[in-house]
Amino acid sequence: MVLRKIAIAALAAVLAVFAGSSFYRSRHLAEPVVAGPGVARVARLGDYFPAIKGGVNDANVYILEGKEPGGSVLVLGGTHPEEPAGRLTAWILAENAVPAKGRLFVILSANRSASTATRLGGAYPPDYTIPTAWGGQTFRMGDRWSNPLDQWPDPEVYIHYPTRQQLAYMDIRNLNRAFPGRPHGTLTEQTCWAVCELIRKEKIDIEIDLHEAELQYPVISTIVAHEKGQDLAAMASMMISSNEGFPIGAEASPQALRGLSHREIGDHTDAVSLLLEAPEPFLDATRGRTGRELLLTGKDEFIVRAGKRGLLFEKIDEKGWPIDVRVGRHCSAILQILETWSEDKPARAVVLSGVPKYAEVIKNGSGSYLKNPKTADPAKITYE
Amino acid sequence: MIVVTILYYLMTAGIAVVIAANFLKRKNWQEEVLYLIVLIPFLLRLLRLK
Repeated sequence: MVLRKIAIAALAAVLAVFAGSSFYRSRHLAEPVVAGPGVARVARLGDYFPAIKGGVNDANVYILEGKEPGGSVLVLGGTHPEEPAGRLTAWILAENAVPAKGRLFVILSANRSASTATRLGGAYPPDYTIPTAWGGQTFRMGDRWSNPLDQWPDPEVYIHYPTRQQLAYMDIRNLNRAFPGRPHGTLTEQTCWAVCELIRKEKIDIEIDLHEAELQYPVISTIVAHEKGQDLAAMASMMISSNEGFPIGAEASPQALRGLSHREIGDHTDAVSLLLEAPEPFLDATRGRTGRELLLTGKDEFIVRAGKRGLLFEKIDEKGWPIDVRVGRHCSAILQILETWSEDKPARAVVLSGVPKYAEVIKNGSGSYLKNPKTADPAKITYE
Repeated sequence: MIVVTILYYLMTAGIAVVIAANFLKRKNWQEEVLYLIVLIPFLLRLLRLK
């Protein structure tokens, strides 16, 4: 009997090592970033709020400065890392954008902790690879919520600070339900506080939070805007819909739903807060196999069937929603928002070059805008 | 929160010990396998692997 117990224990140990090493690789996968020609310096989120310095959420902040003075814009990628078009768009900005006027701040991993775990029971792949001419770049899959290793346990009910609105328990680890954050709160709240401190200290004019949404969610293919940004969002929406080849809506940030960046950053800082949503079929509950292919192609026969039964808030057909389409939407939306803002506020203008538009991303692929870290100057490489 | 987190790790360790003790007491191989499968996530959490 002792021999049998030893044999079973050995088998369990093999399973534990197999699972544990997979989790370890996923959490520690290095994601290189080659700072582009516009990057003046790379700061850390902890520079604006020292309590998170050196921790898992001490994210890199890429600061791109133009030759001419102007306004300042902050783009957040990776608020929800399982929405890869947001992170990839931020990657493209950090590696390619060149400001002629004003400053661009880009965070690629706003909730870095959330990028180190996948959804419990979700059968997510641990990572995904974007094809490039030099082979491909692999990214951590990530989740919507901070990793429980970094913030645990969750309460029975999450009470948002400072409004005391009751939210779902797991959203205490959701960066986009914890704004404006607080200095002595949870890791997620402290990260939100650090982002708000950055906005206040750098006098950011516009904050743009990049997201993706399931097709069964009504807030999709849209710009969600705080009251301060509704004219800007409406004008950008009209221009994009008429000039870029894809429709995008503009919606008001609800005052009764708390903790979201478009609501709280607008309320608690001087910045105009906007949130962009692109369609991501991978997130839909009625999806089929939850693999890398679905994540990157956005093709799923079950979601197409749901669409035929009128259950979706966005169209889908056999072509799906490829990652290049989603990234292209974000790129063009950011460029149009900045163009509209700069025309309206010339003294606070932010003018960018080097960022591809929707049609270019679809034609060339997102990977063509990712730089090869093996051939880059090592001084320009940082890791997310 | 840090105190609560430490308490949760202590609870996890306690439950892992109880599961391991039950594994040793079992005489049926199917129950032994069951206890060890249940034990794995507790061990991984204690080792901070997620």
